[in-house]
Amino acid sequence: MTLLRVRDLAVSIGAVRPVAGVGFEIARGETFALLGESGCGKSLTALALMRLLPAAARIERGSVKFAGNELCGFTEAQMRAMRGGRIGMIFQEPGTSLNPVLTVGAQIAEALRQHTGRAATERVVELLAAVGIPEPAQRAAEYPFQMSGGMKQRAMIAMALAGEPELLIADEPTTALDVTIQAQVLDLLRDLQRRRGMALLLITHDLGIVARMADRVGVMRAGRLVEVAKKEDFFRAPAHPYSRELFAALPENLPAPEKSAPAGRPALLAVRDLRVHFPIRRGVFRRTVGHVRAVDGVDLELAAARTLALVGESGCGKTTLGKAILGLQEKTEGAVSLAGRRRTGLVPAQMQMVFQDPFGSLNPRMRIGAIIAEGRADADVDALLAQVGLSAAMKMRYPHEFSGGQRQRIAIARALAVGPQLLICDEPTSALDVSVQAQVLALLVDLQQRLGLAYLFITHNISVVAFLAHEVAVMYLGRIVERGTADEVLRDARHPYTRALLAAVPRIDGQEGERLLAPGDPPSPVHPPAGCHFHPRCPRATARCQADYPATSVLSETHQVRCFFPD
Amino acid sequence: MMFKPVLLWSDALFFLLIAVALASVFYIRRDEHLRLGWRKVGQSRVGMAAATLLLVFVGIALLDSLHYRERLPGPQATYAVEVRSALDALLGGLRSGAEKTYSAPLATHSFAKETLDHDAGRDFPRLRHGGAHLGASAEGWGADVVRRIVQGLGIGLIVWLGLWLAGAPLRRAAPHLAWDAVFVTLLALCLTAGAVALLAQGYHVLGTDKVGQDVLYLTLKSIRTGLLIGTLTTLIMLPAAVFLGLLAGYAGGWIDDLIQYLYTTLNSIPGVLLIAAAVLMMQVVIDTNPEWFATAAERADARFLALCAILGITSWTGLCRLLRGEALKLREMEYVQAARALGVSHARILARHVLPNVMHIVMIAIVMDFSGLVLAEAVLSYVGIGVDPTTISFGTMINSARMELAREPMVWWSLAAAFVFMFALVLAANLFADAVRDAFDPRAVK
Repeated sequence: MTLLRVRDLAVSIGAVRPVAGVGFEIARGETFALLGESGCGKSLTALALMRLLPAAARIERGSVKFAGNELCGFTEAQMRAMRGGRIGMIFQEPGTSLNPVLTVGAQIAEALRQHTGRAATERVVELLAAVGIPEPAQRAAEYPFQMSGGMKQRAMIAMALAGEPELLIADEPTTALDVTIQAQVLDLLRDLQRRRGMALLLITHDLGIVARMADRVGVMRAGRLVEVAKKEDFFRAPAHPYSRELFAALPENLPAPEKSAPAGRPALLAVRDLRVHFPIRRGVFRRTVGHVRAVDGVDLELAAARTLALVGESGCGKTTLGKAILGLQEKTEGAVSLAGRRRTGLVPAQMQMVFQDPFGSLNPRMRIGAIIAEGRADADVDALLAQVGLSAAMKMRYPHEFSGGQRQRIAIARALAVGPQLLICDEPTSALDVSVQAQVLALLVDLQQRLGLAYLFITHNISVVAFLAHEVAVMYLGRIVERGTADEVLRDARHPYTRALLAAVPRIDGQEGERLLAPGDPPSPVHPPAGCHFHPRCPRATARCQADYPATSVLSETHQVRCFFPD
Repeated sequence: MMFKPVLLWSDALFFLLIAVALASVFYIRRDEHLRLGWRKVGQSRVGMAAATLLLVFVGIALLDSLHYRERLPGPQATYAVEVRSALDALLGGLRSGAEKTYSAPLATHSFAKETLDHDAGRDFPRLRHGGAHLGASAEGWGADVVRRIVQGLGIGLIVWLGLWLAGAPLRRAAPHLAWDAVFVTLLALCLTAGAVALLAQGYHVLGTDKVGQDVLYLTLKSIRTGLLIGTLTTLIMLPAAVFLGLLAGYAGGWIDDLIQYLYTTLNSIPGVLLIAAAVLMMQVVIDTNPEWFATAAERADARFLALCAILGITSWTGLCRLLRGEALKLREMEYVQAARALGVSHARILARHVLPNVMHIVMIAIVMDFSGLVLAEAVLSYVGIGVDPTTISFGTMINSARMELAREPMVWWSLAAAFVFMFALVLAANLFADAVRDAFDPRAVK
C-alpha cells in the first residue's frame, strides 16, 4: 500500500533547479534509500517533502501525496501538525540538532506535547528505552553535552518517534558517527521500523548502508532520479551507467594497485614509545589535575615506498599521532627517527602532511601558484601541477574556484614541492565523494610508484585501507592494539576491536559477518578504563582484562596484537 | 612670498592617512577578495551615496588642513601670528563678517534689543554685515532672499550638469557601480551649496553666535576636527590593536596572558576618567612649556593630537579582542598547519596567512568606530576635557550653545547647525559602514 507518492517534484533556487522533477513511491513499512553524491539534490528533496526548504528555495511544481493528502496544498499550520507527527525527520549532525540548554527529556517532552497533547515522564523514558539508551530515566535529565554522538542521535530518533510517525525521513543519519556507532544506529533504525511498521526514507551517499538497510533504491544525480530499483536487482545488475560508475568507484572495486614494494627494507620512519599527553588544568592557578593521554606509547616502523594505514575511530588519537610524528604537535615522550637519524621538531624537507578538509587546507586569499610555492620559493609549479593532474594555467586562480578533489590535488602538490620522502595523509579522502575519492586514491598510488613515497595514511575507512595499505595499525584510545600486513589484519584480525571494526563496516554484498561485537561508546581518553582499554565493550573480557593492559603478542614476523587471547 | 606654509602635526598625519588610503586602493586592486568586496560596496546605492557625502566632508577637511601664515605688509618678511587655512581664505567673507553678538539665520537685525544711539530708544539694531546691501531700512528682504535662492539653485544645477558630463568617462569605465546614487547625492549637494553660497554673500545663513561669529563658518571648520578625530585615532590604535590581537591569538601561552591582562586592565578603568586625567596632564605639560609652540594654533593642535592619542589608547581593546579570537581560530586552520609543516616562519605565517584573513574585520571595525569617535569628541568637548577651547569643533559649539537653549526666545541655530552637520557626517559614516560590513562580513545573511 502506497504511503507516500511523489510526482515530478521540482525545487528551484533562483534560476538554478537543484531538484528537477523527481518521482517515487514508498509503501508502508518499506525502506526506500535515496542514494547520491553531494549536491545531487537528495537533501533538498527531503526538505521539500517536509516543506522545510530554505528561504531562497521554492517548490516549482509537482505533487507530494502522503496517505491520500496532497502536502503541497497544505497550509503551514496543517504542515506543522504533519511534521514530527505523521512524518518524522532526523538529521545528519546530532550535535547541532539538539538544543544545548535544554535537557534531552525536556526536548522529547516538547515533541510529545506538540503531537499527543500531553507529555508524561513515563512516555519520555519509554521512548529513550525504545532507542536503546541505557538508564533512560537518568539520561532524560541530562543535557546534550553530557552525551556522546551516538547517544545524541538515538535521542534525536526518540524525538522523531514521539509523534508515532508513519514515515521517518533520515537524512544521512550516521555520516557524522563512527563506524561501530553507525552500525548500532542502523540496527536500531531497522529494528524500530520493523516493530512499528514505519516507512523509512533513508538519504545516504554510502552504498554499504543501502545494501544493509534498503528495500528499494533510488539513485539521484543532478536533481533527477536516474534509476529506481529493488535492492537485490540494483546490487546484482545496476541498470544506469551512473549507478555502474558509483560501483566502479568503490575502493573495493578499483583495480588493485601493484603492491610490489618489497617488505623487509630498512625502516624510513621509526617511532619508539611516542606519547602525547595534554594536561587538564583547573582552578585559578591552572593546576594540572590530570592528563588526556591522546597518544600513549606508540611504536611504528615504515619502510620507503610503502603505505602504513593507521585505523581508528574519532578521538582515538590518530591525528595527534600523525602531527606528533611530523613535529606539529609537541611530544611528551618518545623518539621519532627518520632514515636512521633521530628527529625532534619539524623536518619540512623530508616529511609533509596532507590534511582532511579540502576547504580549510588552502588559504582562500592566495593564488594556487603561491600556495604550491609556499615551502620552496623556486619550486617548479607547472611541473608539480602536471604531476597531480592539473593544468599549469590553474596557478593564477584562487582556491574557491576549485572542487574538493582538485583542492586535495593542490594540497598534495604543495606537499610534494619540497620533495619529501614521507607523506602523512590525514583522512585526505573522507570529505570527498566516492568517485572523486577514487581519483585521488589512484593519484596517491601513482605518485608512490613514481616517486617512491612512503605514506602514513590515517583513516577510518576500511575499504580505503584494503585498497591502499601494505601494512595496517589499529589504534584504540591512544594505543596500537593490532599491527600487521594488510592481509593479516583485514583477513585474520585477532583483536576483538579490530574484528568489531571490520564487522561494523556496511558491505555492499549485504552480507553481515559476526554481528555487533562492540556495544556502547568508546570511553573518554581522560579516564581510560583500567586494564585493557577495550574491556568494557569486549565480549571476551575476563577479570584479567580489567586488571592489566595486555602485553604485545607476536603472532608472526609482522603481525602483533595486544590482547590476552590472540587466537 | 605672499604667505608661509605651516604644517601642523595633525595636517601631516592627515596627509599621511590619505596617502595610506591611496596606497591601500592599489593594494586592494591587486587582491581579488578585497576588490570583490569593494565592488559590492560600489554596487550598493546607500553605500555610494554615503561615500559621496563623506568625500565632500573629506574635501572640506583637506582644504582646512592646508595651513599658512599671511605675510604682513611692510618691507621685512614678517608673517601674521594667526594661522589660517585654505578654507579660511575661501570663506574670507564669512570669517571677517562678524557681528556684535547673536543674530538669527538670514536676519538683518540683531537678536537682542539694545539702546540705540541718537536717542532712538531701545530697538533691534541693524546688523553690520547681515543684509548690509539692502541699506539701513532693510527693505526688499524677502524678494532678495528668494532671488538669491533661485539663482543659487540655478548655479547649483549648472555645476551639477558640468559634473555629470565630466563624470561620463567614469560611468563608462565602471558601469556596474551605483553611479545614479552618486549623482543624485551630488545634485542635492550642488543645489544646497549653490543656494547657501549665494545667500552667504549677503547674510549669515545659519546666524551668528554669542561673539558674532558666523555659525556656518564654525560648522564648516568643525568638520576637520570631527573627521580627524575619527581617522587619526584609528591610525594610532590600529597598529597596536592588529599586532597585539594577532600575536595574542596566534602565539598563545604567556604572551596571550600578558596581552589579555593588559587590555582587561585598560578596559576596567572608566574611559572618561582616564581621558580626563590624561588630557589634564597634557594641559599642564603644554602650559608649562609655552616655548614649544610658535603659535596658538600649534598649541591647540598639540592638545588635539593628545586627545586623539588618548582616545586611541582607550579604544584599541575592542578590536584587539576581536582579532585575538579570530587568530585563535585561524591558528588551527589547516592551511596554517600546512604552512608550519612546510617550515614557514611564524612572522611570515602571520603576514601571509593570518593578517589577510582578518582584513575584513579590521575594515569593518575602522568604519564602525569612526562615527563613535566623532560623537566621543563632541561629548568630551562638551564636558570640557576635549579639544582646546580655541579649536572649533562640534563639541565646543554645542558646549557654548547649551546655555542659550534656556533663553526666551531660544537661540537654537548654533545647536541645530552643529546637530545637522554632525548628523550628516555620522549618518553617512554609519551607512557606509553598513555597506562595508554587508560586503565583507562572511556571516552576513542576505
